[in-house]
Amino acid sequence: MFSLGSGGGKSAKPSFVSYVTPEEIEPEPEGSLQEKSPEFLPGEVVFCSAKRILRCTQDDESECSVFGTLFLTNFRVSFVSDAVHSEDTVQLFKNKLYGENDIPLACVDQIYGDYDEKKKLITSSQVKNKYPSKIIIHCKDLRVFHFSLLCVKEEVRKKIFQGIIHHILDPKSLKCIFAFSYGEKAAPVPEVQRKQKTLMFETAEDWAAEMRRTKGSCKLVEDNKDFQIAQRLPQFFFTPTSVENEDLQKYQGRGVPIWCWSHHSGCALFKTAALPIAQEESTSKVQKAYVESMLNAVAQNHLYSVKTVDLSDALPNIQDIQQSYNKFKQNFLIDSIAEFWMSDVKWFSTLETSRWLSIIRQCLHKAVEVVESLERENTNILLIEEGGSDLCCVISSLVQLMLDPYYRTLVGFQSLVQKEWVAGGHNFLERSNLLHQRDKELQSPVFLLFLECVWQLLQQHSPAFQFSETYLTVLSDSINVAVFSTFLFSTPHQRATIMKAELDTGTLNIPPVWQWSLQFDCKAQGFFINPLYKAKSKQEKALRKAQRPKYTRQLSLPSTPSRRGFFKEETDNLKKMLRVKRISRWMQLPDSVQACVREFYSVWQRKPLDYHGLLLPCLDWPAVRLWTQRYLRWIPEVQILGGGDVAMLNKVAALVREVQELRTEVDRQVSQADPSLESPLVFARSSVRLSSSFPFAAARVWSFRPAIPISIGDSQMDLGQLASRDDEDTDYQ
Amino acid sequence: MASASIPVYNSNPLENSSSRNASNESLKMELLADVPLLPGEERVIDKDIIYICPFNGPVKGRVFITNYRLFFRSVDVDPAVTLNVPLGVISRVEKMGGASSRGENSYGLDITCKDMRNLRFALKQEGHSRRDIFDILFRYAFPLSHGLQLFAFLSQEKYQENGWTVYNPVQEFRRQGLPNDQWRITFLNNNYELCDTYPTILVVPYSASDEDLRKVATFRSRGRIPVLSWIHPENQAVITRCSQPLVGMSGKRNRDDERYLDIIRATNKMTSKLTIFDARPNVNAVANKATGGGYEGEDAYQNAELVFLDIHNIHVMRESLKKLKDIVYPNVEESHWLSSLESTHWLEHIKLVLSGAIQVADKISTGSSVVVHCSDGWDRTAQLTSLAMLMLDSYYRTFRGFQVLLEKEWISFGHKFASRIGHGDKNHADADRSPIFLQFIDCVWQMTKQFPTAFEFNERLLVAVLDHLYSCRFGTFLYNCESARDANEVKMKTVSLWSFINSDRASYINPFYTVEFVHVLYPVASMRHLELWVSYYIRWNPRIRQQQHSPMEQRYKELLALKEQYLRKLEELQLSDSTSHLSNSTAPSPSTPSQRVTHLQTPF
Repeated sequence: MFSLGSGGGKSAKPSFVSYVTPEEIEPEPEGSLQEKSPEFLPGEVVFCSAKRILRCTQDDESECSVFGTLFLTNFRVSFVSDAVHSEDTVQLFKNKLYGENDIPLACVDQIYGDYDEKKKLITSSQVKNKYPSKIIIHCKDLRVFHFSLLCVKEEVRKKIFQGIIHHILDPKSLKCIFAFSYGEKAAPVPEVQRKQKTLMFETAEDWAAEMRRTKGSCKLVEDNKDFQIAQRLPQFFFTPTSVENEDLQKYQGRGVPIWCWSHHSGCALFKTAALPIAQEESTSKVQKAYVESMLNAVAQNHLYSVKTVDLSDALPNIQDIQQSYNKFKQNFLIDSIAEFWMSDVKWFSTLETSRWLSIIRQCLHKAVEVVESLERENTNILLIEEGGSDLCCVISSLVQLMLDPYYRTLVGFQSLVQKEWVAGGHNFLERSNLLHQRDKELQSPVFLLFLECVWQLLQQHSPAFQFSETYLTVLSDSINVAVFSTFLFSTPHQRATIMKAELDTGTLNIPPVWQWSLQFDCKAQGFFINPLYKAKSKQEKALRKAQRPKYTRQLSLPSTPSRRGFFKEETDNLKKMLRVKRISRWMQLPDSVQACVREFYSVWQRKPLDYHGLLLPCLDWPAVRLWTQRYLRWIPEVQILGGGDVAMLNKVAALVREVQELRTEVDRQVSQADPSLESPLVFARSSVRLSSSFPFAAARVWSFRPAIPISIGDSQMDLGQLASRDDEDTDYQ
Repeated sequence: MASASIPVYNSNPLENSSSRNASNESLKMELLADVPLLPGEERVIDKDIIYICPFNGPVKGRVFITNYRLFFRSVDVDPAVTLNVPLGVISRVEKMGGASSRGENSYGLDITCKDMRNLRFALKQEGHSRRDIFDILFRYAFPLSHGLQLFAFLSQEKYQENGWTVYNPVQEFRRQGLPNDQWRITFLNNNYELCDTYPTILVVPYSASDEDLRKVATFRSRGRIPVLSWIHPENQAVITRCSQPLVGMSGKRNRDDERYLDIIRATNKMTSKLTIFDARPNVNAVANKATGGGYEGEDAYQNAELVFLDIHNIHVMRESLKKLKDIVYPNVEESHWLSSLESTHWLEHIKLVLSGAIQVADKISTGSSVVVHCSDGWDRTAQLTSLAMLMLDSYYRTFRGFQVLLEKEWISFGHKFASRIGHGDKNHADADRSPIFLQFIDCVWQMTKQFPTAFEFNERLLVAVLDHLYSCRFGTFLYNCESARDANEVKMKTVSLWSFINSDRASYINPFYTVEFVHVLYPVASMRHLELWVSYYIRWNPRIRQQQHSPMEQRYKELLALKEQYLRKLEELQLSDSTSHLSNSTAPSPSTPSQRVTHLQTPF
């Protein structure tokens, strides 16, 4: 059993070599705490606290700064203001785990110290005897906190500073992650039973259900139940029918095509981890034969051609992604108003140099390529990547989102993430560097990149998605809360063993992120629903079924043994034919794909848009945009008071609600029956003036004065002589 | 359809191949019938031609030129490619290639348009096939350079609405609560004697005499004295507009002007210092002294503070738009889109204009009066006052109010539309041309984008305004000032754009509009929120999805319809329930939807 050092979990003395003396972990004298302290979570332990901390708001130190107490716990850094909170107004969108002045430890991105007016990045090794007058914390959810320690006693200052640095920056072991102490103490939350449930893909049944839903035909592999094949593979998965059991073992599951999704035409999407590069020729030969046989398996299974898409070649690698995001996020971690307006002038070019939007575009482009092959050419696709669980996940999930409207529902999307990312073995633990490993090579925001791509689709085709952008933003925040099992592990094996071991002892309950009621009450969860979404009506469904062209499904081999023989003669002949033609090849996508994708897009674009059908993103530049809600929500200068798309969405939501109520009333009057409950859709009363960052940062009081750009002394525009010319060329009188 | 008064040109110079048979002829007749003609519009020429579409390659078809438009329709292409371009949009017509040019489609015409596109047509290289069409296009696209009339004067269009009545200055000032004890309406400029580029009706401080005004006029460029544009209904702070003072190199002073500005300051007790917003960059204001202009010096105007807003001149804006066109037409710059966009500075200029207007609005709402000017007070000044008024006064955000705003701050106060747009004038390189009004409309668009529920009109109205800014179909934007409009009897002889717009009000209404009177609307003038107006600047590109209605709007309308449906159903149900009360509820729902809501919500 995993335990927190001394067991019980009462005192949170960590089991790793501690740099902090036990005294520091002792909580402050009770008296001071009782009055003002955050509501601690189950399993949360206070390490230390400091009073008289000044929280500054950007430049206006004089006006908006507040004194308060800073708490450091095993979960968060929490600032509790001394000021009496009169504005405890109805906050519609409150996170139950942490508030606006709380920073979960895992959410801290960088810590800076203000040393004599100089801002220095703090890496733990640096900390010796000098304590900064101010700590600046940059969060992964893009909040920025300034805490001034000037009014704090030297002793306390040292303690709180060292504590924060230690607990945030030093490497720790997995079991020290807050989820474990929380999981021991928290009572399981009964999730509201919904009609539809998120498929977790932890059981063979879930996989089989998915296969049935997509009407695919592959072979269920159960050999990895106890991770005999590979730790990074799910316990259950599907492969092409002709993949033999011994094939699975050969390279620890590498090279084995893992089924992702089946197209209604019968072709399917697979992914695989690339084989290690062979040194010797003989092994290389064997490998080649192996790869050929796997490709054959993919092809023959469906009697379609197969395309392999090597993502390692085509897309930026995880380090590129990390680097790009590091640059990109700096645009939003704003320390001062002056800095904000300074950077405003060069906004577009700095955005461009980060290349983050380009990477998003590249991923979407690649996904469209794959979609084209599946949709237009009915080709099987095998995605290949070194580990098979980073860009493979990005591309395969995007492809499925574009092709399958089910994944654009809330539950469908969550199932997709479970299938491709969680069961698919994405290394969440190391990609988020939750353990603060010194070696940051494995850190990369791959999952966030996926969410970014989804957001692009969402903003281009909003009515096609049941979930809202707020849902995506919250999901992206949840990665950094360190409470949810979803984002905690590096392999399915680790997940299964730890969760199971702890479960057996009956003490641990680490919830998946999908238990939204842990973070938001029912009403707040209403913000996850996109009011523009319209579920497909039954009539439409029937109509579509009738319209769908009959694919010659006879071509695909019946895979289940029970059906074998049904088409035997016919298929045998086809098999023979195909052997002659040998369709399966390492078909690299040619250079002209750019043009192909364009063509594919414009053909699709000319057809009437069906939100419950194929969805393609426009990849021309102005259409790829910045996810303003996520990135701008905490910056006061860019809040549009009374504006933003929120203003419109709110009106739509209100109307949806009104229509729902009317319908219930009609139903009640017609049938005298109980009205069926609809998903609650919330909206703010129109009397409240919202800001564009709503529902985020709602507790803040926005200034009623406008933000006036600070002009930068010399204009950076190179205008040449034109600037000095007079407006009128005619002679002046 | 062609009228006899128009010289009949041989319409078929290419028609020499015998293979063209009767069926082809009849096809042509059909095509001809499809050419939309406005009352008063007359066909001049038509010709087989190849349209070199930058997106889909060459398209064979036929071009028709009337005294109003160029119309092209493809043959043998499905779906048909059509072009419908008012000739007023054309800024330049050039011959492309020569009789000896080699290569396919290398001989023809190149047409540059004012609305962010170019057109290219190719003809067969034989017998000067393009000469007649070139000449005609040149004549009719630039009628003023050829002694012809603008189409607005030939149009016979009739509308039920009369757009010329939209703006009545006295009525508008009355809406603002003027005249009052501090401000009076003067007819001093009735014959354009005080200032020939101002309207006839002006609002000036009560305590300034007509004589004072005349004296001040001598010290303000082109006599454009400070006059009231808008007054805050509560704190009585005012926006006044004018041109630069004629300070000159020697730093001349004028007591009357100084006193006049102090009178303006004193009309509002809260204003201890009058804020003068000079729209120009500081250096330009200084440079203007060399040509006799300048700015209000600190010594001379002690009760005023001067703020420069750093907005550049018309030439800078023209170049900026040209650069923008380069990166969006025909194809959107692929490799370095964002930095290319930045290097056009277009959005940066938008930011400066908006941020200037925000400062004006902020000053007013904190209770101090302002004076706004640039050099002549008809370009940047109009941008700033009208945008500030849009932020401060929700009336201008209504469908009607916006028209009033344009009529008032732009048209009546002498923004030089004729010079800036070059209506009917062939001199495409004229340095007087500049997209100042487009820039203003872009700023308005940015505001509608940031406040999607605050404006009663929608994006289509803004696009329609811009389209007819160039089209010369309506008289609204013709000429430089009111005196010229009067002299040419524009209101008598042409139709107003608002007649056209107001006859089709429903198309231009924003369904999300929410009436909200109280608040000042401050847009965020940060590059983070400013966007390129794709659906205007890149609208010719078929790859940019043009949605007739945004999905949001569509969904909203669907929901409204659903709501109606349920309400009707409920009403029916209630009717059938209460048969005893038949007498008072049989009328088939004459009430408005909102009334019905209140009526029906009681049972809940």
